[in-house]
Amino acid sequence: MKMFNEHGIRGRAMKKFDLELAVGLFIIAGIVCLGYLSIKLGKLEIVGERGYEINGVFSNVGGLKAGAGVEIAGVTVGRVKTITLKNYQAYVVLSFPKGLKIQEDAIASIKTRGLIGEKYVDITPGGSEKDIEPGGRIRETQPAIDIEELISKFVFGKI
Amino acid sequence: MFIRKLGALSVTGLRRTGRLGLFFVTTFFFAVTPPLKFSQLLKQIQFIGFQSALVIFLTGAFTGMVLGLQGFYTLNRFGSAALLGPMVALSLIKELGPVLSALMVTGRAGSAMTAEIGIMRITEQIDAIKLMGLNPFRYLVVPKFLAGIFALPLLTAIFNVVGIFGGYVIGVKLLGIGEGTYFGEMSNHVTVQDIVQGIYKSLSFGALIPWVCCYKGYYVGYGAEGVSKATTQAVVLSSVLILFWDYILTSALF
Repeated sequence: MKMFNEHGIRGRAMKKFDLELAVGLFIIAGIVCLGYLSIKLGKLEIVGERGYEINGVFSNVGGLKAGAGVEIAGVTVGRVKTITLKNYQAYVVLSFPKGLKIQEDAIASIKTRGLIGEKYVDITPGGSEKDIEPGGRIRETQPAIDIEELISKFVFGKI
Repeated sequence: MFIRKLGALSVTGLRRTGRLGLFFVTTFFFAVTPPLKFSQLLKQIQFIGFQSALVIFLTGAFTGMVLGLQGFYTLNRFGSAALLGPMVALSLIKELGPVLSALMVTGRAGSAMTAEIGIMRITEQIDAIKLMGLNPFRYLVVPKFLAGIFALPLLTAIFNVVGIFGGYVIGVKLLGIGEGTYFGEMSNHVTVQDIVQGIYKSLSFGALIPWVCCYKGYYVGYGAEGVSKATTQAVVLSSVLILFWDYILTSALF
């Protein structure tokens, strides 16, 4: 009788443990997956940004989106943080990693990957001794190339 | 005669819709006011979440694999097979993940909820709970409701990740897209907003499934036939409502 009773108690304790273990495992698996999605794919910055920002004014960004890449020599080094309209011009904030210096006379141009690919910002390094301070402005900017306008100019012989 | 029937039909329909709405309000009220049956909640999370994990894993894997296969052949026609990664990831995260995992949970856990509460109703156990001075909502409905809201986003996340790796197996290992292309393009195109949209969707589905299924069980008809009818109705109604609400949410919010 006593054995049976003990067994019963142990059985119940095991079951409760199993329940909690199952729920715990499930929650961990779910949160790991959620974290993988948002940090790896969504580029959610939890640890805070270790880097600095530079802004630039473009006359036409041609549909550049926040989160697009910033490249130097084809290597993705930073991201487009925000794009807002100021004085009917596009005001773009770019974020760079801390160690990377951008010269004062560097040129930021908006380019398209392939003919129908996504837009990105390409930085052509300059030769100046002075670097742009964090929060500073990149002076030399080139707007996105409007292919339709280019074709129409070609067709109507304005080139 | 016809007019009378039409009137009766619409009055009944309106009354049932109102009852469904009131059921939600009551559940919500008892869910946000304190005494919570924590052990019941844990049991329900285990039932809705942990026990659905295998089914979610399998459906996620095969959905991702078929997306990889179909997407590859379609994108290859336009010469943009490199965009397979974002295609698989975006269709899973924004649409298929939340909806398919909600449908699987409806079939696996929702029907069981209706049957459980329905049988408790026809064997007068709910009346017994009331007689003991306990609140049947707090004891039966609220734990399921909260567990659904809690478990569905996690299940959806598992579904998405498994699906993305299923697409990876097909796209990279079988069809020969570069591994860097698959994941690199994916993280170029997927934004936090996309993931948040998916989470909103699965949160609302997590509330919808226990709501409809518990309602159908709570107001069950008579006898075994009533329970079987209620179970069928619960699965059909919540599946339709999931797809309907998915459309509304997509078009109105995003």
